[in-house]
Formats: sequence, structure tokens, C-alpha cells
Amino acid sequence: MTPVEIAGVWKFYGDFPALRDISFNVEPGATMALLGRNGAGKTTLLRMLAGLSRPGRGTIRICGTDARDRATRHSIGILGHGISLYEELSALENLRLFARLYGLEDPDGAASEWLERTGLEKVRDGLVREFSRGMRQRLAVARAFLHSPSVLLLDEPFTALDDRAIALLQSLLRDATAEGRTVVLSTHQLREALDLATHVALLVRGRLAYTGKRTGEMLEDTGWLYRQYGEPQSVTA
Amino acid sequence: MAVPAVRRAPIRDGMSPPAKPPMKPPRLSFFRQTFTVAWKDLRSELRTKEALNASFAFALVILLLFSIAFEPTEDETRQISGGLLWLVFAFAGALILNRSFARELANDCLDALIAAPMSGAALFLGKTLANFVLLSAVEFVCLPVFGVLYNVRWTQQFWPLAGVIALGTWGLTVVGTVFSALTVNLRLRELMLPMLVYPILIPCLLAAMQLTAPLVMGEPLTAELAQWIRLLVVFDVIFSALALALIESVMVR
Amino acid sequence: MRDKTILVLSWFTALLLAGNLAIILLVLPDEASQGPIFRIIFFHVPVAWTAFVCFFAAMISSIAYLAGKNLKYDSFAAAATEVGLAFGAANLLTGMIWGRIIWGIWWTWDARLTSMLVGWIIYAGYVMLRRAIEEPTERARMSAVVSILAFADVPIIFFSIKWWRTQHPQPVVYGGGFMAPGYWYMLFLNWIPILLLAVVLLLIRMRQEQTGREIDALRREVHAF
Repeated sequence: MTPVEIAGVWKFYGDFPALRDISFNVEPGATMALLGRNGAGKTTLLRMLAGLSRPGRGTIRICGTDARDRATRHSIGILGHGISLYEELSALENLRLFARLYGLEDPDGAASEWLERTGLEKVRDGLVREFSRGMRQRLAVARAFLHSPSVLLLDEPFTALDDRAIALLQSLLRDATAEGRTVVLSTHQLREALDLATHVALLVRGRLAYTGKRTGEMLEDTGWLYRQYGEPQSVTA
Repeated sequence: MAVPAVRRAPIRDGMSPPAKPPMKPPRLSFFRQTFTVAWKDLRSELRTKEALNASFAFALVILLLFSIAFEPTEDETRQISGGLLWLVFAFAGALILNRSFARELANDCLDALIAAPMSGAALFLGKTLANFVLLSAVEFVCLPVFGVLYNVRWTQQFWPLAGVIALGTWGLTVVGTVFSALTVNLRLRELMLPMLVYPILIPCLLAAMQLTAPLVMGEPLTAELAQWIRLLVVFDVIFSALALALIESVMVR
Repeated sequence: MRDKTILVLSWFTALLLAGNLAIILLVLPDEASQGPIFRIIFFHVPVAWTAFVCFFAAMISSIAYLAGKNLKYDSFAAAATEVGLAFGAANLLTGMIWGRIIWGIWWTWDARLTSMLVGWIIYAGYVMLRRAIEEPTERARMSAVVSILAFADVPIIFFSIKWWRTQHPQPVVYGGGFMAPGYWYMLFLNWIPILLLAVVLLLIRMRQEQTGREIDALRREVHAF
């Protein structure tokens, strides 16, 4: 079944449409890069996919069921701007917490496994408050992947990462798509993101300006898509 | 519909993914999630003790200020004790309630909780339980202090008193936690939360005050005070039900 | 179309009120125990009823908003609450004036007046909350929840304050018991123009809310890109 189906979606702030009639699907195993300038609506759309807000009009289905259904949310992993981890809890406690909330059979086992995979095994009992930025980012990645989601939603994931964290995330995302999982990530035309992407969607002023396969052209010249389908003005917001 | 976890060695390039084991359905139990959230809040709070200390300190200061302001005789104490105690509980409670959802704002934790496969009701109930425990702790520290400052032997009707305090505190925390969620994104949250919550709590506080006054002085409840117990129960039931019904609307945009 | 409705209703209301005032002030005799000030009841009571109806309508509209997410319901709820606050204030003021004239004190902790005061403060909080939230959809959602919680509290407040005041009996402004049938008739007769006035104010306020939203949308459009 289709992992992500977006049909006729509008989002309103009062009477103002932040998203207008967005419709596209993401196929299983694909990595969709969501492109657009600041304010185009990428974060708004991702938040709706994650079940954090509802569309004003239209439907969003994840694996066939509404995005806001409880069972659906179990198959979604999110990585937003914040790390979504508690400062005063340890790395292990944080992962165990989310493992329990996601109903995993063996919360301790899953938490330990992912601490290993992200190289945080040695600091498992350290409080997040004491972690370096890179360590927090890796723990955030662990939290997102912890429950083996079939759909991963990432909001500008490479923007604030250091080298080690970027390499880790790229590796995990490649493994994820090899296992048939679907990835939707928003990005500012960063090469790291476009490299992973199999498809792209371009949002311009809340509208879907383009959607299709990610071509070599887009990778070589990252501004190409904007020039083809984007706004005439060249000033980035 | 999750693809299950795969046990594998740490990351190495060029490794192909091994075969997948059979799927196990997730254990998503309402109560398990509720207690997970409650436990998380309690553990967080006990580690930092920010809200707890502030609440204790504030409560003790108010008790002291009241005894300076009034210097009551025993008769006067009998009259004002119920009101005084619940004013202290309400003011100290505001600090705890404010922190309840505010603690989730750092690092965007609230988003992760709302996105998790947990009903808004489970998240709300977990936080309400944690607030109830924390506020009750503050209250049961205030009682001996009150007993000392006002020369009152408050343990004589301990179990009825504990029951009334529990009912009143539940009303306080249920309404307070809803409004904590509601005001979490407001700039003037610390001001708006008490301003919205206290008027709505007036019936609950009134009933609790009427019942606490005789009990804390060691006098048993009379039959005519039974109507206040009924009021407290009705208040708690109605607002618990409404809060559980409305919380999704508050949290999901 | 709406402007004409408002205008017509306003004139009708004004005429009715003028007619009623004539009857109240000139035709009706003085009440036995209280004298001329008793006539204030013909405003004091219907404005309370009107406020109650407004808050009830606001709650219904809030439920409708949460169910359908149509912002018209939010405009109605906000307008109804503010109009309710105005009439509630009128009830409080007339009550205080009455008490001052009859008993010489401005506030007697009368059960009904005290309940109205508590309700008034709750709904004033609603208005303050609306001012504090800038984005219209979020504002609508949050105030809808508060409106429902507030109105659910209204009966509980009423009974709790009533029981509280029966423990400390004090001057009540009017017995609330027997009144000559002619007076009841006048009470209901005067309720009609007061309700109509509420409707006029509500329509005006609703239009204000809607225009405000349009301006907000235009501003977002301009500033967004």
C-alpha cells in the first residue's frame, strides 16, 4: 500500500491559505526531498504528515489510514528542528521512555541496541544536559529510528549536524530505504539530502510547483529546480 | 504496520540487510502510556526539583505572611483555617501546574509526545496524575507547618481530611492541567494560567474550604456539610470528563 | 443586506424600549415596600437572562466550531460572549445601585449577584485569552475549549454560591417570591427589546470579527513571501 498519500490538502491560518491544494503520493522505498524557500510550507506539510496538525481541507493517509490515527502514528518516525529529548533524563531513560510510548515489546533491548548503533553506548547513563551537540543529535536520530518506523519524516535534518552525525544519518537512511522504508525529508537544496533523494517535490508559496524523479541535473546544479519552476525573484527569504 | 526491529552489528559500509523476523504487534495500552508519562514527569521533577522547591517555598512564605497579617485567636483560626489552607494550596499549585506542559517546550518534546501513538487523553491523564502527586506532597508538608504556626492539632480527623484534600486537589489539578496545555504557547503564560483557572475553580475551592475548616480543627463533619462533598465529587467528575473529551482539540492544531 | 437588517432591528428595538420605558416610568404604580426604585427590576432581571442566553449560545457555537472548524462559529462565539459580558455588567451595576438605594450598601454578597460576578470574571478571562493569541485558527480552537468549560461551570457556581450564602443570611435585594402578575408580564415584555438589542450588538460585533480576520489574512499574504 502507498506509504504517503496526500490528496487535495489545504491548510489555513484564519482565512489565509498557507498550503493550497497539495496532492502527491510517495511510493514505498522512495526518498522524497521536499524543497522550497522559507515560508513555502514545507514544515507545515511535514507536521501534518506527522499527525501534529490537521489539514483544513483534504486528506492525508499514511499506509492507508488517516495520519492522526493512533495505529498509524506507530509507523511514523520524526526528526524535527528540536531534538525532542529530555535534558534531565539519561540517554537510556529517554530511549526507554519512547520505546514504551511506542509499545515496543522489549523497551530496554531496543534502547540498548540503538545506543550501540549510534555510538552512545558508553554514555548511556549520562544526562542529556551534559551531552555535546553532536551526541544530542545522534541520540535524536536514535529516538527517531527506535521503533523501526516504516515512514520517516525529517525536517531539514542535515542543517545543524556535524560531520559524524551527517555520516551516521546518511548511512541509516540508506539502510532504511534498502529495507523498504519510505523517507520524506525537507531541505534547502543541500547536496547531502539531494544525493539520497529518489524523488523531489517543490513547494512555492504554498502550492506544489513540481513533483517527479530526482534527476542528475538537480544534483549537479542544486538551484536548477528553483529556476525552472520557482519564483522569478532570486532573493532567498 | 511497522517493519520490525532488526538485530544487527554496529554500522559498517557495504553490509546487506539480513532477513526480517516475523512482525509483532505493538503493545499500546492506554494505562501503560498514562503511567509512563506520569512516571516520566515525576522522575524529571524529582531530579531537578525546580517546581517542587519553588512551590514549597512559596507555600511556606504565604503561611508565614498570613500569620503575620492576622494573628488569629483560636476561634478566629477555626473560621479562617479552611480558607487559608486552600488559598495556600491554590497559589502553590499554580507554580506546579505552570511547569506541567511548559517543561515539554524545551527541545520540542511536546511534538514528539503528540506524534507518538498515544491518545491525547493518555498524555493528559499522565500529567494530571503527576501534578496530583506533586501538589499533594506540597500540601502534606504545609499541614504540619500550619499546625505549628497556628497551634492547631490537625491530625485528629486525619482520614476524612485526607479524603477532602484529595478530592479538592484532583479538581485543582484536572482544571489546572487542561489550562496548562492551553496556555503553553502564550507569552504571558505565568499570568494567564492563574487568571483563567482560579475563577473556574471557585466552586471546588469553596467546597474544599467549607469541609476543611472543621476537619483541620479536629471536628467531625456534620450532616449539613455533606452537600459540599457532593459538590466536590460532581465538580471532579464533570471536569475530568470534559477535560478528557476536549484535550485533543487543545493539543492538535 | 446585513446593514439593513441591523438598521431595521435597531429602530424596532428603540421604539419598543421607548414604549416600555413610558409604561414602566409613567403608568405602573409604585411597589408597596420598596418604592420607585423597584422599577429597576424590569431591567435588572432581563439583562441577566440575556447574558445567560448569550453565554449559552456562545457555548453551542464553540461546540459547533470544534466539530466543523468553520470560523463563522468562532466569530459568533466571540461576539456572543462579549455581548453577554456587557449585559452581565448591566446586571451587576443595576443590582449595586438597587442595593445602595434600598440598603445603603453597594455590595451585599447576594447569591445571584455574586454568581454573576464570578461568571463575569471567567468570561472576561476568555476575552483576555483571545487578545493573547494572534493566529486566528489557534485562537478559535483555544477559546472554544474555554467557552465550553466556562459554561459547564455556570450551574455549579450558581449552586455553590447559593449554598454558601444561605449559611450567612443577609439583605437580599428582592424577595424573589411573590410579585403581582402585572409585574411578571412587564418583565417579559421588557425582555423582548433587551434581547433584540443583544442581537443588534451581536451582529455588529460579528461583522467586526469577520473583517478583522480578512485583514489578518491579507496581512499574512503580503508578509509571507
